[in-house]
Amino acid sequence: MAKRNGSAAGIKPAADTTQPILNVDGVTLQYKTKEHLITATYRVGFDVYPADRFVLLGPSGCGKSTLLKGIAGYMKPVEGAIRLKGREISEPGPDRVMVFQEFDQLLPWKTVKQNIIFALHNGGKTDTAAEAEEIAMEYITKVKLTGFEDTFPHMLSGGMKQRVAIARGMAMEPDVLLMDEPFAALDALTRLQMQKELLQLWEDTHFTVLFVTHSIEEALIVGSRILVMSPHPGQVKAELNAHHLNHDNVGDKKFAKVQQHIHDMLFADRILEEDVQPGARG
Amino acid sequence: MSTRSANRKSSIPELVIRPEYEISDIAQAKTGDVARKLSLVERIWNINGVRKVVILLGLVSAWQAYTVGLDVEPLMLPSFLVSLTTLFNALFYGDLIYKVWFSVKVLLIGYSAGLALAAILILWATANRFGSDFIAMATAMFNPLPAIALLPLAMLWFGLGTPSLVFVLIHSVLWAVALSTHSGFENVSHTLRMIGRNYGLKGIFYVLKILFPAALPSILAGMKIGWAFAWRTLIGAELVFGASSGSGGLGWYIFESSQNIDTDGVFAGLFMVILFGIVVENVVFRNIEIRTVNRWGMQR
Repeated sequence: MAKRNGSAAGIKPAADTTQPILNVDGVTLQYKTKEHLITATYRVGFDVYPADRFVLLGPSGCGKSTLLKGIAGYMKPVEGAIRLKGREISEPGPDRVMVFQEFDQLLPWKTVKQNIIFALHNGGKTDTAAEAEEIAMEYITKVKLTGFEDTFPHMLSGGMKQRVAIARGMAMEPDVLLMDEPFAALDALTRLQMQKELLQLWEDTHFTVLFVTHSIEEALIVGSRILVMSPHPGQVKAELNAHHLNHDNVGDKKFAKVQQHIHDMLFADRILEEDVQPGARG
Repeated sequence: MSTRSANRKSSIPELVIRPEYEISDIAQAKTGDVARKLSLVERIWNINGVRKVVILLGLVSAWQAYTVGLDVEPLMLPSFLVSLTTLFNALFYGDLIYKVWFSVKVLLIGYSAGLALAAILILWATANRFGSDFIAMATAMFNPLPAIALLPLAMLWFGLGTPSLVFVLIHSVLWAVALSTHSGFENVSHTLRMIGRNYGLKGIFYVLKILFPAALPSILAGMKIGWAFAWRTLIGAELVFGASSGSGGLGWYIFESSQNIDTDGVFAGLFMVILFGIVVENVVFRNIEIRTVNRWGMQR
């Protein structure tokens, strides 16, 4: 464990922190439905630095989830480029691990531990079964699921499933962890708990995470930097700092001010959006 | 109208503001039984097998009562007990057991050949769109075609005997399994697919490690349908020409008994067909399901 923590903490001195780890450069993403060609994002650009808790925030239809899929390698940009550590992304890979909103992201035929081992093994992270087992147990402990390692996913609650998904993603120690509204399907109390735990986990190793949400409050709590996007097509509206805000600030003046600011930004063209493309989603 | 709205207004209940309270010693509070054990009768009745056996006993006693009570001609409908005795005698003193084994052997050959061919077709279909179209076309064409209807052709091509039986068995298994596996693969959730690709799975590994287990409920359903088709087809085909190779199977035993006006024997044969069907359905497939899809919560 000491060795692994060492390597995780070692990212900072080894890689130049002034260099972005992920560079999204003028990216336009399009996808086809049965009847339309939809432009999900239009010339979006931003940089993610190591240890960022980078949040993509916007209303539905702003292409934030599509953008995350582009970064994960499931979609190719029609213009622009996405680079991870300077190399252009061409396909999905275990250096960018996705955590989805859906509870069915765990393999139902594998136990909690086997799900993590499956990722480690197929992602080429470990060579021996013993090593995979050790890492899996370490992350199960981290997400407070000790005692549930041999449980099948269908026996777990929604929050526990998301914890397993997060443990599986973190165990891979990816260059960037991609989280697509991971807490959106949880009840409010569990969501609050999960946000806190995610921040605690981040404190341990300062992993880089890209987090998609449509909740301004969640963005401010979870994020250190927030990319505000406007919809139809998704374009960058602003990039704000939120590293000084967390759960303790919720409701205070500083928090409320930023919240209101983003709210005004997003709702300025809300009426227009409703007219242009009802029902289109990003 | 104004009186109506006035009436409605008077009927709207007002908020009742009550004092607040908090309970501080909730940990010490005593509650009653949190969980109560069900009574013995309830527990026994909750066992699936018990209820099924009761139904079976009901059917059997109705049969026995009808034949004995109304003194039905045994050549038309022998009583249950007589049929059962004939079955025991045929199994332990006669050659019924060899006839069953003969049928089962042919069935296993045909069934496994059908599964193997289905697997090859499915792999082709996942690899390219042409294969997928082919499966859709072929299953649409051949699935409604009863395998027994191909028997005349099979006899023409392969003669009387096991090869013909295997041919029609393959036909009855292949399309059912291919169809359900194919649609099972297509219904694998988008999230699981993305997870598989995220961890670098491609080609055959992607099929084996993601698509196959994720589609297992519908694959098993297809295998069950395929098995039932195959068993019926086999018995039917044997009824037509079991004698060819000298030692016919179970279907031939039924046919033979009816030719000898040995109605007890016909029932004994039918019992065997049913028994074997129940064993495979409720023991073999059921156990596979309990160990896989039920355990994983993919099917109740």
